[in-house]
Amino acid sequence: MTTVASAGARTVAGTRPDPATPSATAGLVELTAASNRARRRLVPRWLRRLAGPVILLLAWAVASGSGLLDAQLFPGPVQVARAAWNLIETGQLQANVGRSLIRVLEGTVLGIVIGVIIALAAGLTRIGEDLLDPVMQLFKAVPSFALTPLLIIWMGIDEAPKITLITIGVAIHIYINTYSGIRGVDSQLVEVARTLRASRRQLISQVILPGAMPNFLVGLRVGLSSAWLSLIFAESINATQGIGFLMQRAQTMLQFDVSLLIIFIYAAVGLLSYALVRFLERQLLGWRNGFQGV
Amino acid sequence: MPDQDRRTDLAVEISDLNRTFGDQEVLRGVDLSIGRGEFVAMLGHSGSGKSTLLRVLAGLDTEVGGVVLAPAERAVVFQNPRLLPWRRTLDNVVFALRGPDAVVRARDALAEVGLAAKEKSWPLTLSGGEAQRVSLARALVREPQLLLLDEPFGALDALTRIKMYQLLRDLWGRHRPAVLHVTHDVDEAILLADRIVVLSDGVLSLEIGVDIPVPRSRNAAGFAALRERLLAELGVTEEIGSAA
Repeated sequence: MTTVASAGARTVAGTRPDPATPSATAGLVELTAASNRARRRLVPRWLRRLAGPVILLLAWAVASGSGLLDAQLFPGPVQVARAAWNLIETGQLQANVGRSLIRVLEGTVLGIVIGVIIALAAGLTRIGEDLLDPVMQLFKAVPSFALTPLLIIWMGIDEAPKITLITIGVAIHIYINTYSGIRGVDSQLVEVARTLRASRRQLISQVILPGAMPNFLVGLRVGLSSAWLSLIFAESINATQGIGFLMQRAQTMLQFDVSLLIIFIYAAVGLLSYALVRFLERQLLGWRNGFQGV
Repeated sequence: MPDQDRRTDLAVEISDLNRTFGDQEVLRGVDLSIGRGEFVAMLGHSGSGKSTLLRVLAGLDTEVGGVVLAPAERAVVFQNPRLLPWRRTLDNVVFALRGPDAVVRARDALAEVGLAAKEKSWPLTLSGGEAQRVSLARALVREPQLLLLDEPFGALDALTRIKMYQLLRDLWGRHRPAVLHVTHDVDEAILLADRIVVLSDGVLSLEIGVDIPVPRSRNAAGFAALRERLLAELGVTEEIGSAA
């Protein structure tokens, strides 16, 4: 009865409906962020991202604890952790992971330098493009792992063929992406630089290279994952140190716990590489006003 | 001797300018002079060759016939502000600027277009009008003797455009470069320019002085008549709904 009375009063005051009356806003939805925020803050982002791996780990622990998995063929998390601890205690894990890290680092740095130089030569000059691009496309078509036996014959079994294999893969990915980045730089901006009478050096260092940076970072991301992949191949032949060597030894000695541990290590370094590129992107591409996701 | 004097008073002298793309003649014997400090607007339909002419004056297109004389100090403002997105506002104005006081001058130029507070902003966070003002600052900080404007307000909303007219006119009054302002907006041309030329199919079909006293408004005496004259030259009538 009271709502009827107030509705009557409102008509006298004016036609503007009173939002406090529930019936006036019935059927409308709240669009401001305030109502959504509470629900979103309940689970922080990093925790949500961690949920998947944690569930996987739990499932694994439950499966091996309940005897669903054969402990001999598929060791449980505790056994793998123990294997890791043994290898750390004897210093083997650090030494071998360290060796592999150095190989990847050396090969990657070399690959970046070579890839960028070739991309600049091909991207900035017509003659460079004609001479270099077909060769690089050819290299791209060849699976570099097919080169492994040849590299060993040519360079011996030391570090050289391993680092070379990594370098080739990284250089190709850096080249392909950086080159297309250079060619994709907005010609309107190049034109502006000309009207502002920028020098060739300014044009390259302040227009073309920053313009190619997003593509370079894509190349770096792909290149880094190729580096770890190359490492597996490089260390699978005649290696006496490195993660690949541990893997080989574990397989021949049927240490499945170590095999699983190595897989985790590959996953971890892969994720770390990815995080590194993400960090670089945030640092170097801050100017991009891009969509960040919800 | 008098001929010599006339020459030094000119910022631009174009005679018999020709430009063809394939078998299409875009500019067919254009003659145009612009005095020092003179504000000339060029009207024309899309495809009339006005942007081509501006690109020739900018030095971006040299595959032309005829004689084109222009000062070495030129600057261009394009329809798209064309800021380098990876350089902050101030760094865009400083870009390729020479001299030890380049940063100070760039700051002054930004202040002149009212964007001193935005010197650290990324271009992609600026509004269309702000970005175009940065582009103006970047052009003017070089103290050009010839300022080339290629439909600089074409992408802006109507309210921002009105403010930009005022700003441009102020800046021009202070720095006094010769201006060639290419546009297809007849009102804009009348409000801003000393002289208006119309380019049709690659030739200058009309050249007319604007005698309306400054400050100008659309209500000024003579505005409507001049507007009608220019629209007629462009082959456009504005009586919407009259055709039956």
